[in-house]
Amino acid sequence: MTASYDHAHDGHDHHDHKPGFFTRWFCSTNHKDIGTLYLIFAVIGGLTGGALSVMMRAQLMHPGSHVFESGQHWNAVITSHGLLMIFFSVMPGLIGGFGNWFVPIMIGAPDMAFPRLNNISFWLLPPAFVLILAGQMVGDGAGSGWTLYPPLSNSTFQSGPQMDFVLFALHLAGISSLLGAINFITTIFNMRAPGMTLHRMPLFVWAMLVTAFLLLLSVPVLAGAITMLITDRNFGTAFFNPEGGGDPVLFQHLFWFFGHPEVYIMILPGFGIISHIISTFSKKPIFGYLGMAYAMVAIGVVGFVVWAHHMYISGMDVDTRAYFMAATMIIAVPTGIKIFSWIATMWGGSIDMEVPMMWAIGFIFLFTIGGVTGVVLSNAGIDQALHNTYYVIAHFHYVLSLGAVFSMFAGFYYWIGKMSGHQYPNGLAKIHFWMTFIAVNVTFFPQHFLGLAGMPRRYVDYPAAFEGWNMVSSYGAYLGGLSMVLFVVICFLTFTSKTKVADNYWGEGATTLEWTLTSPPAFHTFEELPRLK
Amino acid sequence: MHVLRRLFATTLTLVLVALAVPAMAQAPRNWQLGMQDAASPVAERLQSLHDLVFWIITIITLFVAALLVYVMWRFNSRRNPVASNFSHHTGLEIAWTTIPVLILVVIAIPSFRLVFFEDRTQAADLTIKVMGHQWYWEYTYPDSANLNFRSDYIHDEDLKPGQKRLLEVDNPLVLPVGKNIRILTNSADVIHSFFIPALGVQRYTIPGRTIETWVRIDRPGTYYGECNQICGTNHSYMPIAVVGVPPADFQAWEKTAKAKFAAGEAIPAPVVANAAEPTPIRVAQVQP
Repeated sequence: MTASYDHAHDGHDHHDHKPGFFTRWFCSTNHKDIGTLYLIFAVIGGLTGGALSVMMRAQLMHPGSHVFESGQHWNAVITSHGLLMIFFSVMPGLIGGFGNWFVPIMIGAPDMAFPRLNNISFWLLPPAFVLILAGQMVGDGAGSGWTLYPPLSNSTFQSGPQMDFVLFALHLAGISSLLGAINFITTIFNMRAPGMTLHRMPLFVWAMLVTAFLLLLSVPVLAGAITMLITDRNFGTAFFNPEGGGDPVLFQHLFWFFGHPEVYIMILPGFGIISHIISTFSKKPIFGYLGMAYAMVAIGVVGFVVWAHHMYISGMDVDTRAYFMAATMIIAVPTGIKIFSWIATMWGGSIDMEVPMMWAIGFIFLFTIGGVTGVVLSNAGIDQALHNTYYVIAHFHYVLSLGAVFSMFAGFYYWIGKMSGHQYPNGLAKIHFWMTFIAVNVTFFPQHFLGLAGMPRRYVDYPAAFEGWNMVSSYGAYLGGLSMVLFVVICFLTFTSKTKVADNYWGEGATTLEWTLTSPPAFHTFEELPRLK
Repeated sequence: MHVLRRLFATTLTLVLVALAVPAMAQAPRNWQLGMQDAASPVAERLQSLHDLVFWIITIITLFVAALLVYVMWRFNSRRNPVASNFSHHTGLEIAWTTIPVLILVVIAIPSFRLVFFEDRTQAADLTIKVMGHQWYWEYTYPDSANLNFRSDYIHDEDLKPGQKRLLEVDNPLVLPVGKNIRILTNSADVIHSFFIPALGVQRYTIPGRTIETWVRIDRPGTYYGECNQICGTNHSYMPIAVVGVPPADFQAWEKTAKAKFAAGEAIPAPVVANAAEPTPIRVAQVQP
């Protein structure tokens, strides 16, 4: 996928007019600036959600602790932690941030298809973020868990406006994602440079295309479910209220019809980023390109028909459980194809262990652990003893906190030179990797043991028998908090660094179009469309 | 009255547990690595399937780790300065698609058997109803003239030496061992989850629905569980204790309990929101 591209009209020439500060950052229609806004927002969201998790681990370090004044306060914080990490860190980082920055560049488009829509997609998020925090801090806080199951989330059990704040926050974040998804789909289908056929698109673009379709089809279902919840809470309807003929389980079905594709929404862009990094630093084209692209499509399609594996013990009919079990297990096949294809890409390569590559290889290993515990949980029979325990917490943090987040850091170190024009401090970045790698494993691996022993999730206090591993897990979380501080320091050092990087600072392995541009790229790129050989 | 009742219940439990020889308490242990010892046919089969899957996933993870370490070493740019251009191998791709499918089939066959075995019991010797409340459990024995009582956790200040904090309750669910017991769950307010790891039992309790599952306790002992679905401020404070006793002891317990509980017991008073203290029991005479 090499590109021939004429630099004559690019770079810092007289066409490169940047608007003033306010117009540039607050009324932005430039995909790179909006991408930057998204990335800054994702870091703020991640630091906020991360700070909450350190508080949570402080509470759980010993039984009978009183870091939190009440169970309700605790419940409000776990709710915020989940929502912040999903909607205000991983999604804006991977989709809004890296997606906005690199999808147009990788397909040789001058910008996104709808630049103003792109702007509003971003600016819906800060008010949503404020509403989430309001939901946590007003009154006793909204303590339903991020899954928002009624009746706990209805007006009888979460009275006051805080739960409504959370629901409206999700509406805003949902509209933001939906508009973003429409923008990505339109851009990818209509604005590819001449010669950039679908089957020559970089894998990150494929990942974003599948992600955008998942968003487009799943977010409206969440919007419907929370709208019904809002009317149940405020206007006397009874969609989820058994006294009025409604059904709490209906909400679970609607929520997970969104919620399961949502977990693939969080990981697919990461798959794309990892593919590029593995290929770049192995100096080899990605192994089995078509298989990789269609594995993501398959994950996206199958991801829509497995939602009720979150509900094995909600009293579903046994045949239904058997179906969802079979469908869920099938997901392991395309995921396995991806893991083995990454390894095959490295096979025969000439591997440079640069920092992004360390994160990428860390991703493959940790995602494998998270993936195989998913196979354990897919068995409805075994899930009966593991549902809602810390085993589940460990599983989804291995695929998200150690999967999606590792892919975000990998992408950050891979592209920060391109985005900012400055390279990260290499030594500190390596320390950051090892600190994070150790921290997350110390935090989450013992949670498998807690889960097998039967410790339930969302507990503010627990029997003494769970103390040992909880203590270990808390120490890991503190180290993780320190590694986040180090990350902020690295960001500061990168942006204040005086050294400039070359256009293609990764060398021969980096073959996608962004490496043909200057670092940082001109304000307007591809005023003349590139042509692919 | 409340104190007396609790005292009675505790004594009764202690006596019963002492009688049940060999008595086994099945509770989590500190630094435990695996599941609690299985004490029902469901838990046994569940754990044996888990063991099978555990070995499979461990081998897969080690295999992936070994491959990663090998490629990092063998194809490092120092050792292998020139990269090959190999990016297709149909045979490999077919292999890593079909072999995982075969592994999944190996897992799926026992897994389907298990899920159908777990579903319900055909011939129930006994039925119990479990009602989740904010934040305690209510148990009803329809086969024992609707014997009904509530089960609260023991507050820290009332704990006796040796009692397990946040696992011990005042009135445990007493069940005969070796009998097929149908469990019907329901809820009076929000969703809870009735979860006893050592017995392999878990079902949500959902208002407006009755959900069925079953258990057969293999050997006498006390089995602890906890509410396992977020249910409000005291979610962590509604543990479950199940005491399995030999059928003869169960009948004796039933008689005493009926006299003590059923005669003078109404359904527990509706709980007021945010009740940190357990609501006092309304004691009313009901028809025998």
